[in-house]
Amino acid sequence: MTIAELQLALPEIFVLSMTCVVLLADLFISEERRGLTHTLAVITLAFAAILSLRLMMAPGEVVYAFSDTFVRDRFGDVLKVFCYLILIGVFVYAKHYLRQFGLFKGEFYTLSLFALLGTMVLISANSLLTVYLGLELLTLSSYALVALDRNSLQGSEAAMKYFVLGSMASGMLLFGMSLIFGATGSLALTDISAALSAGVGEEMLLAFGLVFMVLGIAFKFGAVPLHMWIPDVYHGAPLPITLFLSSVPKLAAVALAIRLLDNGMVALHGDWQGMLVVLAALSMILGNVVAIAQTNIKRMLAYSTIAHVGFILLGLLPATPEGYAAAMFYTIVYAIMSAGAFAVLILLSTSGAEAENLDDLKGLAKRNPWHALMMLMIMFSLAGIPVFVGFFAKWQVIAAALSAGLTWLSIIAVVTAVIGAFYYLRVVKLMYFDEPEDAEPVTAPVDFRAVLTVNGVAMLALGIFSGGLISLCVSSFV
Amino acid sequence: MLTLAHFITLGALLFCIALAGIFLNRKNVLILLMCIELMLLSVNMNFIAFSRFLDVLDGQVFVFFILTVAAAEAAIGLALLVVLFRNRRSISVEDISDLRG
Repeated sequence: MTIAELQLALPEIFVLSMTCVVLLADLFISEERRGLTHTLAVITLAFAAILSLRLMMAPGEVVYAFSDTFVRDRFGDVLKVFCYLILIGVFVYAKHYLRQFGLFKGEFYTLSLFALLGTMVLISANSLLTVYLGLELLTLSSYALVALDRNSLQGSEAAMKYFVLGSMASGMLLFGMSLIFGATGSLALTDISAALSAGVGEEMLLAFGLVFMVLGIAFKFGAVPLHMWIPDVYHGAPLPITLFLSSVPKLAAVALAIRLLDNGMVALHGDWQGMLVVLAALSMILGNVVAIAQTNIKRMLAYSTIAHVGFILLGLLPATPEGYAAAMFYTIVYAIMSAGAFAVLILLSTSGAEAENLDDLKGLAKRNPWHALMMLMIMFSLAGIPVFVGFFAKWQVIAAALSAGLTWLSIIAVVTAVIGAFYYLRVVKLMYFDEPEDAEPVTAPVDFRAVLTVNGVAMLALGIFSGGLISLCVSSFV
Repeated sequence: MLTLAHFITLGALLFCIALAGIFLNRKNVLILLMCIELMLLSVNMNFIAFSRFLDVLDGQVFVFFILTVAAAEAAIGLALLVVLFRNRRSISVEDISDLRG
């Protein structure tokens, strides 16, 4: 371990130390001044972003460190920067809700920051060991976050379901890892890749190992048929936690897939492509169709997540840099869109009652025209209507699927996207053409409104100037 | 003479028992936690066997990390169980069915 190696992991080290500082400082901060914890957490993220940006700007190729367990590359740096930015948004949105519902405690911030640390370790992993440790740090923190509201019946039930299914998925992933280790005799992803392309390894072990790993990845994404946890957890968890779970862990899942499947097992591309095709097709169909039947908007957005996961998987199919860039672009855009959608639900939640049902959105345009407009842009973007950024994201992944020669899958993607547009547009209809049940104007603190405005306008701005973000993603894989 | 195949078969069997336990058990959440633990142990068995027969030490190092994470996981699992019991006065799997749709 040298100083140069430590410098590569500077963002991780910084986030770890600052999380411990937040954990300790929170003990000495009185109830009324809990805002300080929030400020400290946001400052941590801002500085971490500066550290990662510095690494990103520094010219340099891929560097491996800490006995090949850690890798620093542009893909990792870009993804981390987006993790910080999205988490800042999550914190600002969450504060408004947590204050109203009496949950404004330090635990939310420490657990979220630890989950972020897990994501960062996972993003920069170059060994099965670091992949596993990063993933577990992320998921263990998430289990605890789901049960943040200790007295909520639904929250504790959702946490228990998430825990049992999540641990089972980790077990499967781990079982796959042990078989791959047995077949190749190595834990470092680069060594595994070299061994596989040299034709080392018993066929049987590799086949089983790959299947179990893909199952683990599919679960972390929430792809059909391993999606059962998503609707229950999204429904049962408090809104800010749902908001968190639908953003940062999705970036972690795409990093997990790219690290394991591309960096580690690209030699088996023919085998894993077939499995991902099935997962993608089922996720897009089931997600979009079942979402129509939902009256609870949290469940509707949960099924919409499943559908979007199907689209993200399309980008991974061809195993080309363009394809990965498309998947990464889609994931980043999706995380921003879903953060905005849940933020509007937080806006509508008044003390004691979460906005859960579609009816709660009725007449939002009369109660708060500006934020209704933001929600409209977010919904248009989720539906993939042109000019908005969601359209370009869908375009990119469908182009990737076509480049892999999967025309029939692209047709399914387009058809399901059109089906999906129905339930997004229904939200717009409820907001603009229905009478509100309670005509009181909705309002929120200024920082909340500012971030929500940026979030909504970004849907349009990123769409019109989508070239910048796309080329940033493409440059990550050159 | 015990060969690698024996150990891998034992690992796979333990893994299957754990999976079957998770899916078949309808009574008690505690048994689910035990099954998860068993699943991780079956993976440990695999890692140690491969490590020994391939003569690569990495696998045994991995086992230490898995044991540590398993301890953390059990702690969180039991904590969630306590929360669930306080809210619901039951730890039966069949009773956990509020969230549907």
